[in-house]
Amino acid sequence: MMDEGQLSRGTKVWWWVAGIVILVYALFPVAWIVSLSFKTPSDLGTGQFLPTDWVGDNYDNILRGDAQDLFLSSLRNSVGISLIATFISVVLAMFAAYAIARLDFPGKRLILTTALAVAIFPVISIVTPLFNLWRNIGLYDTWPGLIIPYLSLTLPISIWTMSAFFRQIPWELEQAAQVDGATTWQAFRKVIVPLATPGVFTTAIISFFIAWNDFIYGISLTSTEAARPVPAALAFFTGASQFEEPTGAIAAAAVVVTIPVVILVLLFQRRIVSGLTQGAVKG
Amino acid sequence: MAAITLKDINKRYGDGFHAVKDVNLDIADGEFVILVGPSGCGKSTLLRMIVGLEDITSGELRIGDQRVNEKAPRDRNLSMVFQNYALYPHLTVYENIAFPLRLAKTPDKEVDERVRRASDLLELNEHLDRKPANLSGGQRQRVAMGRAIVREAQAFLFDEPLSNLDAKLRGQMRTEISRLQKRLGITTVYVTHDQVEAMTLGDRVVVLRRGVVQQVATPRELYENPVNLFVAGFIGSPPMNFISATVSGDSLHTPFGEWKLPASRAGDLSGHDVVLLGARPEAFEDVSVVSDAVRDHGVVFDATIDVIEWLGNEQYAYVPYDAPEDIRAQLAELERELDSEALRTQLVVALDASSRIPEGAPASLWLDLRRVHVFDPESGTNLTVEAMKDHGDQAAAATPNGGRPSAAASPGETQRETPRETPGETAPRATSEAGEGGDDTVP
Repeated sequence: MMDEGQLSRGTKVWWWVAGIVILVYALFPVAWIVSLSFKTPSDLGTGQFLPTDWVGDNYDNILRGDAQDLFLSSLRNSVGISLIATFISVVLAMFAAYAIARLDFPGKRLILTTALAVAIFPVISIVTPLFNLWRNIGLYDTWPGLIIPYLSLTLPISIWTMSAFFRQIPWELEQAAQVDGATTWQAFRKVIVPLATPGVFTTAIISFFIAWNDFIYGISLTSTEAARPVPAALAFFTGASQFEEPTGAIAAAAVVVTIPVVILVLLFQRRIVSGLTQGAVKG
Repeated sequence: MAAITLKDINKRYGDGFHAVKDVNLDIADGEFVILVGPSGCGKSTLLRMIVGLEDITSGELRIGDQRVNEKAPRDRNLSMVFQNYALYPHLTVYENIAFPLRLAKTPDKEVDERVRRASDLLELNEHLDRKPANLSGGQRQRVAMGRAIVREAQAFLFDEPLSNLDAKLRGQMRTEISRLQKRLGITTVYVTHDQVEAMTLGDRVVVLRRGVVQQVATPRELYENPVNLFVAGFIGSPPMNFISATVSGDSLHTPFGEWKLPASRAGDLSGHDVVLLGARPEAFEDVSVVSDAVRDHGVVFDATIDVIEWLGNEQYAYVPYDAPEDIRAQLAELERELDSEALRTQLVVALDASSRIPEGAPASLWLDLRRVHVFDPESGTNLTVEAMKDHGDQAAAATPNGGRPSAAASPGETQRETPRETPGETAPRATSEAGEGGDDTVP
């Protein structure tokens, strides 16, 4: 909103109103979950938005109490699996996207369209065959057993995003580096990679979200704490008795797993600055 | 520093496009050579082949006494200034200039010394800590040059370095480049489509057309003795006037009357029915300001002047005339090839600033016949230069290499072709001439 100063008063008011409506709409479910996580079990059904008593029992339950084993191990799995999947996907996508952006080779379009086709393939239809295959070859309920299917989700989008970033970098920069005495690898590492950093971080965040938020693979391809990620683990929470819903604990766990994502975005959003290539060439 | 030798260099792209054809060129150590031609003539491709960014299809390229065809750009030890500068936006000006030294693992102390020396030379001292994005066009240009001169390269290569600057800055940088080159004395190859840059900067100029070398000569030689219609039309602003004439005996019938050329200019015209006469604007004059001493060397004719542009130091008068259809078509084709467009056949005449010839009225003009060239309209060859060569009276001046002692004149260097050969080939190459189309051409 660069020309904010030129907006008339009425327009400004409308912008604020619209902004607040969108904020409330987007944040209401989150606020509800936060509020739920502080309620006592008896308070859950009252229909009130705010808890009558603010209690930390639910957090205590998942971090130190009965659900601790289930939650903490799944948190560890989720972080580990998502990070590894993100890392592999970013590195692979970086080389693939560079090749796609720079080189002219037969089958280039095929790779891009295949990547897109994989991305739109419904996950639920692959899960059952994958379940059988994984059990036969011993990948069922292991970290690699989840990382590999996650790569199939994250790689296509990573390749697409990164090749768009690479295409923005003028080819002359690389040629200039080569004339200046750089090998192809040096030119890539010292010129292209630093300029592609915003693209790398954008891609990393998107990949991380996809892996972090997955539920279907997580619930279908795991059976124990060895590999079960958080979204799947939430379904296994139990209440204090079998007649009690574990809603409070689930809400608390949901809040806890949202925090790393928020931190991640806040940390990296400064790196996602566009216009880093400005000044390279005279446009 | 080293000499660069190109021998039968060819470039054929994957799609069959023959961008550079049998180029032979000897660039002496320390020489400043310009490659010039209209868009798509293969000059950038040629430069990129020298630096190693394009493969050489056939032929041999030697730098110093080494064959470098198979060497990667980094092993050729050349430095290049790109048309769009190609500065590294994530590095400061200092690090940009130091980049080639860092790659060569030069010790920090020496890097600092040499970067400072380069920045002194280019007056970049106060900008060393800034990023390229915060610099003006001229400053970026100087950073790009700093990066080129900081290491001891065998030669400098410039790819239209000034085409992104505005006219005033372009003039300043042109002088700056010339001064720098003289001071450092390093072999330089400079690509441009601007004939003013070509004329002012180069020791020798190579005129290219559709990948074929037309003429290699000093700027003066190109201007005074162009070997064919193309070179004649390309060099000079306003361009040379072409007048069609029919040969009858030893006199020429032109739209402006019967002219009789001196023997030194005409040569043997038997066997030609129609010729094109070429005369630069300054070969004409208002008859009233011509001194009697020289009047006899030219002809006086009457013409109606359409428009006059008075520039202070001189004035240009425009004289429209009718030319035969086929000649007009040929001239239009030539104009198109030179990236301009001829609306009508007209003479552009440079008159003395004191001349008071009025617009729109018939006037008497004088043409110095000693400065007229005769071209064969079929092949485009300059028959006057041919005749001179045959007589041997200006043999040194008319050799293809412009009389540089270091350069051996080989027959391949003055190839000519007929102007209407394979018109499809003029299509500009996106790869080799990228970004050229939008630039303003000759001012």
